[in-house]
Amino acid sequence: MIVAETKPIEEIYGFIEPYNKIMVLGCGGCVSVCLSGGEKEVGVLTSALKLKRKIDGRELEVVEMTIPRQCDWEYFDLMGSRLDEVEAVVSIGCGAGVQALVKKFPDSLVYPGLNTSFLGVGEKPGVWVEYCQGCGSCVLGLTGGICPVARCSKHILNGPCGGSEKGMCEVDPKNIPCVWQLIYDRLKSIDRLDLIEKIMDMKDWSTATDGGVRRMENPEVFALEHKQQEDKEPAKG
Amino acid sequence: MGEAQEKANSSEMISGSNLEKIFRAGHFAITTECGPPKGADVERLKEKINHIKGCCDAANVTDNQTAVVRMSSIGASAILVQEGVEPIMQMVTRDRNRIAAQSDMFGAHALGIRNMLCLTGDHQKFGNHPTAKNVFDMDSIQLLKVIDHIRTENKVIGGDDVEGPAKMFLGAAANPFGDPFEFRVFRLAKKIQAGANFIQTQCIYDMDRFKKYMQMACDHGLDKKAFIMAGITPLKSAGMANYMNKFVAGISVPDEIIQRLKGTPKEKQAEEGIKICLEQIETVRNIPGVAGVHLMAIEWEHKVRGILEQTDLLPRPQV
Repeated sequence: MIVAETKPIEEIYGFIEPYNKIMVLGCGGCVSVCLSGGEKEVGVLTSALKLKRKIDGRELEVVEMTIPRQCDWEYFDLMGSRLDEVEAVVSIGCGAGVQALVKKFPDSLVYPGLNTSFLGVGEKPGVWVEYCQGCGSCVLGLTGGICPVARCSKHILNGPCGGSEKGMCEVDPKNIPCVWQLIYDRLKSIDRLDLIEKIMDMKDWSTATDGGVRRMENPEVFALEHKQQEDKEPAKG
Repeated sequence: MGEAQEKANSSEMISGSNLEKIFRAGHFAITTECGPPKGADVERLKEKINHIKGCCDAANVTDNQTAVVRMSSIGASAILVQEGVEPIMQMVTRDRNRIAAQSDMFGAHALGIRNMLCLTGDHQKFGNHPTAKNVFDMDSIQLLKVIDHIRTENKVIGGDDVEGPAKMFLGAAANPFGDPFEFRVFRLAKKIQAGANFIQTQCIYDMDRFKKYMQMACDHGLDKKAFIMAGITPLKSAGMANYMNKFVAGISVPDEIIQRLKGTPKEKQAEEGIKICLEQIETVRNIPGVAGVHLMAIEWEHKVRGILEQTDLLPRPQV
């Protein structure tokens, strides 16, 4: 799941300073699950912004709305014409949601209400932890299903480094487990320590963000789309 | 075992550095550390160099250690070369990717640097620029492989031929006290397999644990494939011993050492620390598989000569 955190209220307040009527738009996807961008959080943010405005002696009108996902075009239709009523939108979807909104409604003013942080898992109630970095070439098959790229503070592929003590990482010994200790324990338990006795070679980072902006094509869907396009516009001659 | 390590103990010189020659001649090696200044102060660097001149076979030049910005290890190493002290240029992968690492190694070689210690480096969180972006394109083991590839294949890791041979005598660090203990020797083996010719350990205080570690290393034949040096850091005070024990990950100072310093009057603790250091040097010299001492006198470079003068390790052999 994509994990995101609420931006400091002052920052959001600064974005909307010029406007008197805004929309706060939530997303029913990942950010709803991690309790930062769902329907409830739309209500909380709305109240906070209104209250702050009131203290400053100005009224703020807010249209509250949450759609199932902000990263899929069809759900924007659910907004009807509500967008026309407001001067600006604060989206509390993830970074992809905010940008999809901008692309769909190029005439609207859209501001982010969240800091999108990582791909993670809720380890216990109220705590989410980074598990995946979307590097584009998964190494989990070699590391017992535990990712050193995302979960080692130094992304070491041949760990653990000297900063591993009592199962914790020196970068934050209270909160970050040494992922190489986890990998070691896991591989030992499944009798596959041989996997990390070999040197793991340098990673090909061209599949990560380092390779430029990434895209993925599903060949079947892509072919189908292409065919429909051709049917609509038959080749000349 | 790769070609490079077979060479380490064979008769064929790799870089021909003084350190390499000392090892090959069978001498017990001494290395120490020379931290570059936090700026371009050459005079201050030269002062530090003077403290260690003649006391060691080579000196490590740290690369923005603990992620605190200092004069580059390449620049400072080149000054050591000029001043007649052989440098071991440290290089961390925190700040440079595979392009910069190879390029910097060529530059260092061109400036007469012949020893290189490959490290991943301390996380920038510990330094004076905690908001920096890190690189970590490679880890220390992968960096060793890259530089080893250049000296054995005469090609950069991307495949192009190298113009002019660039052979470094390669070193790596090892922490015998990090966790999990039982995997430490396997990781050491990986570093040696990747191309490390010599190993410098993290500072050792727990001699029993170090003996166990060395026993495991020898059982795996690692002392025959690389020259393993024991890291020793003299303690200046009981406070320092306590701090290292409590707050430096991967270092454990046995209680008897802390108590011994605590039981010494404050003004005599430094002297006692040096006494302990001398005992440690004697102890590690007698541990099978230990080929030298890496004396890290942290911000205490001026004490190095005095410490070593109390052993029979000076003057250093000419090879």
